[in-house]
Amino acid sequence: MNALKLENVTKKYDSFTLDNINIELPQGCIMGFVGENGAGKSTTIKLILDLIRRDGGNIEILGQDNIKVGKEIREDIGVVLDEACFHENLNHVQIAKVMKNIYKTWDDKNFESLVSKFSLDPKKTVKEYSRGMKMKLSIAVALAHSPKLLILDEATSGLDPIARDEILDVFFDFIQDEQHSIFMSSHITSDLEKICDYITFIHKGKIVFCHTKDELSETYGILKCSQEELDRIDKSLIKGIRKNNFGIEALVLRDALKGNFIIDNASIEEIMLFFVKENVK
Amino acid sequence: MNIIISNSSGQPIYEQISSQIKAIIIADELHEGDALPSMRLLAKELRISVITTKRAYEELEREGFIFSITGKGSFVASKNKEFVREAQLRDIEEYMQKITTAAKIGSIDLPELLEILRIIYEGE
Repeated sequence: MNALKLENVTKKYDSFTLDNINIELPQGCIMGFVGENGAGKSTTIKLILDLIRRDGGNIEILGQDNIKVGKEIREDIGVVLDEACFHENLNHVQIAKVMKNIYKTWDDKNFESLVSKFSLDPKKTVKEYSRGMKMKLSIAVALAHSPKLLILDEATSGLDPIARDEILDVFFDFIQDEQHSIFMSSHITSDLEKICDYITFIHKGKIVFCHTKDELSETYGILKCSQEELDRIDKSLIKGIRKNNFGIEALVLRDALKGNFIIDNASIEEIMLFFVKENVK
Repeated sequence: MNIIISNSSGQPIYEQISSQIKAIIIADELHEGDALPSMRLLAKELRISVITTKRAYEELEREGFIFSITGKGSFVASKNKEFVREAQLRDIEEYMQKITTAAKIGSIDLPELLEILRIIYEGE
């Protein structure tokens, strides 16, 4: 079963259109959702959560239509948005009390263990928290009601590398259950490289690709060569070119490229850059 | 059991895993019927994708080194020692063919070649 399935999802604004988005996230997997600012990541996540109405297409969460689903399915979704939305004057003990009455599946023990793992001080109220601490609190709340699907929008931004690593560990623990899945958008592609099974890249409201991470590293490579060498290569294999005075870097489909070339591994960040900035059409 | 993953090696990660587990099984560090770590645990510990570990295990299964029981996990298969030896010998023959070709191009004679092999073999 798919944890999340988007079919031809469309949303039109005056200045921006989310155009026929197709995404499939199998259960038990983690999908990273990348794209530049304004590419449509948050719009997509808001559509999934039914915070805004779609103009066309279908969205299924855990096998059910996301607009028709009842409370039970909603309890199975943990959400972390980039701004924490807890009352400023509460501490995490009081927040747990509130949450207990919202979610039937709230697990106090789980919450306590996450809070102590993240070393959140019970004496401090939310307004005294740093951005990182607020983020950790949001993640603890999202996980404490035992969700099956975790949806995160920029959850690791603004955190230091050590805190991010702690959070990735928590995600790895979460995914040990084969029924659990994570859909996360992030600008920190190194985090996604560590943790994701699938990478979906959105650009100007359109999905550019949706690959497993292994496919991505096996498909794309950065070719380093001279202009003469580049001219001899089949143009259909070249996805992006960056020129400097002493040579050329190009994003290429490395499998199809025969011959003796210098081809480096391409990181997600480089693939994004070449697709957006140096695209050849 | 140690599995070391290198990001700078040109070998794909799933191959690094499968070849290291293979080496562990051949070296008798894991015995017939021993359980392998679950794919999810291995992915978590090595910080790689579950899809990658799955692929590594599938390859090991295909080659007959392990078998999997749904819901229980993966286990070391009864090892056909002859089969393992045969596979290694085939590999070696292939490498030696290349060595011989290279030696003939450089007109290096057999005693010299054997001497090189002896030094490398004993040096390990």
